[in-house]
Amino acid sequence: MDQIFVTIKHWAVGFGPAQGQPIISAIISVVLLIAVFASLFAITTVLERKGLGRIQNRYGPNRVGPFGILQPVADGVKALIKEDIVPRTADSVVHFLAPLVLVVPVFLALAVVPMGRNMVAVDMDAGVLFFFAVGAATELSVFMAGWSSRNKYSLLGAMRAIAQMISYEVPLILSAVTVIMMAGSLSTVKIIEAQAGYAGGLPRWFVLTPWGLTGFILFMIAAAAESNRSPFDLPEGESEIIAGYYIEYSGFKFALFFLGEYIGMFAVSGLAITLFLGGWHAPFSFLTWIPSYFWFFGKLLALIAVFIWVRGTLPRLRMDQLMNFAWKFMLPMALINLVTAGIWRFLSPGFSRWLICSLLVLGPYVMLARGLLLGSDVGKRTYRYAE
Amino acid sequence: MPASFIILGLLTLAGAIAAMSLRNLVHCALALTVAFAGLAALYLQLDAQFIGFAQILVYIGAVAILIVFAILLTRGSETPQPSILSPSWFGGISVAVVVFGVLAMTIVRSAVADRNLPPAPQVSVRELGEQLMTKYLLPLEVIGLLLTAALIGAVIIAMHEKEER
Amino acid sequence: MLGEGIVKGMAETARNFLGSYVKEDRLTTVQYPEERLPQKEAARNFPFLVYDGDDWQAGMRCVACQICEKECPPQCIYITKSKDKKPDHAGKAQIYPAIFDIDISVCMSCQICVEVCPFDAIKMDTEFELSTGDRFGDLLQHKNDLSKSNTYFRKLHPTEAAEADARLAAERAKAEAKAKAAAAPKPLSPASVPALAK
Repeated sequence: MDQIFVTIKHWAVGFGPAQGQPIISAIISVVLLIAVFASLFAITTVLERKGLGRIQNRYGPNRVGPFGILQPVADGVKALIKEDIVPRTADSVVHFLAPLVLVVPVFLALAVVPMGRNMVAVDMDAGVLFFFAVGAATELSVFMAGWSSRNKYSLLGAMRAIAQMISYEVPLILSAVTVIMMAGSLSTVKIIEAQAGYAGGLPRWFVLTPWGLTGFILFMIAAAAESNRSPFDLPEGESEIIAGYYIEYSGFKFALFFLGEYIGMFAVSGLAITLFLGGWHAPFSFLTWIPSYFWFFGKLLALIAVFIWVRGTLPRLRMDQLMNFAWKFMLPMALINLVTAGIWRFLSPGFSRWLICSLLVLGPYVMLARGLLLGSDVGKRTYRYAE
Repeated sequence: MPASFIILGLLTLAGAIAAMSLRNLVHCALALTVAFAGLAALYLQLDAQFIGFAQILVYIGAVAILIVFAILLTRGSETPQPSILSPSWFGGISVAVVVFGVLAMTIVRSAVADRNLPPAPQVSVRELGEQLMTKYLLPLEVIGLLLTAALIGAVIIAMHEKEER
Repeated sequence: MLGEGIVKGMAETARNFLGSYVKEDRLTTVQYPEERLPQKEAARNFPFLVYDGDDWQAGMRCVACQICEKECPPQCIYITKSKDKKPDHAGKAQIYPAIFDIDISVCMSCQICVEVCPFDAIKMDTEFELSTGDRFGDLLQHKNDLSKSNTYFRKLHPTEAAEADARLAAERAKAEAKAKAAAAPKPLSPASVPALAK
């Protein structure tokens, strides 16, 4: 039951000639990946709108299908039949290529995330490095979109978006490097194998250690900032700069940007599950009879729900608050986390290890937090003319 | 020479030539990015996974964006350039071709091209790490020091600009 | 501590999300075309003419005094008096409006016509779903569109209707008393009986 998709794929690939079997296998993996994640994207758009609606004391969309679940079909039809407007002075080649340069790398990034036992599209030795490399390529598309529209506000939005993405890449990669250091390999399959097994009823996931928990929280915050997701969505803030760097895009290209952003969110959540939450392992040893891909997609849906929850709760961060947070809080925390992980490895297992490492993480957290909040003591509001 | 090498080489060369000869400066920067990507693909074709992905991460993800920012923050408006080719382009290209031919013939006929190439080592990331930590430790530390100095220098320059206002 | 506010906020949001399935006050949406919110008693939209009883032409209270036409600020009421008379609620013969048109694309719902009408004949309706396809024809409402019964008025604005009914009932009682006094045999006076005066 667990390996049902793998066996089906082997059986289907067996039909082809022996020469082309690797290519056929790769093509089947790619097609399956795109199909699964595109439908997950469609479901996520509806779930997000309904979830946000319930958080905000209203219904979400509920007219199109039963309880509104056919809403993505309506959105897709709308995006397809909308007129594709390109401004007359825009740079048409770059304007056309920008959505492509966004969507292709994020789908590439999904290739190294294992979705079940033996279910990774490409098993590379440098899998995590590949993931971050293609993630870095998405920033270029942001610039291309912003610049090719020949619109000052669009360019401003693009510059701010790139600054945000570059700043938050550093804590993201540093948190991942901590896990790589502890697991001893860059390959995603080996990192998941390092989290196998159960110790005293609890699984040996990295998130259940002090440095793992800190790393997970830092990774999640940086991931939200990387995919321009609330509360870090100033570049595309719907009430601020209207649509930021994709203001001049309409119809299907806009839908492609939207798709790229959401798939980026899935990819980075998938990597967080791989690095910290034990991939496709079950949380307790008596639950291993449930197939591995259920656990992976269950954890993915849980992380998406957390993203939606945070979006409905927090207000948008201002640009300077965002940059302060990245450079003055998250970067030192990530570095200290790295040192703590190293110390964890060299101490003997037991209660003292937990105590020392937790203090090593909590101490700087409190001090850095106090440093962050230093300049924000505004006091009671005073009015110049009203009293 | 396998076909993939020819295609990737042509892609890289096309990107580089476009980066030289396009009028719009931002188009040149994007063509340079294509050249970087071609280089990364060539590294990957030679089974050097780490350096291929590091090329994408560093060059396309950071250096290309740096170049683009530099263009935008210094030039501003896009004034259409006059033609890139100078009036004596034929003479220039023929001289370049002759020099290239002489150099190529010299290298191919020298002793360097005749030596036996050792079999390509299987370099994994683990071996890279071990070599960096044992044999090449001093260069690693020196590079770290250099990067720290550059970072502090950038911060000081930015801070001085703020205080001058 | 940093992060405390975020955790408290997320707890509140979760309470909102889960509560919206269970409790009413965490999901305050009224899905418009299927459900409607009841309107407040003093709501007003466009005027209508009140009639007593069942026959709208016989029971119409309007006597075409044209005060509302003169007082209307955008002058959206168009009245033409009739040539004959009909009895009103108190029995007296009054003229009635042959043509009574209100252009509701001009009407600004100021309620001045209601305030100045001495006969409680024109009152404010609360109906707002009046969109039509014909801008100039359908938005000019005629006498038959505007007439609505007193029972409708009582349902719409209970206190105002009770007050108007009380006033009209008092007038009717006074008129009946006067009519009874006129119809009853008068006490004999010397001037009216010539035989006794001699």
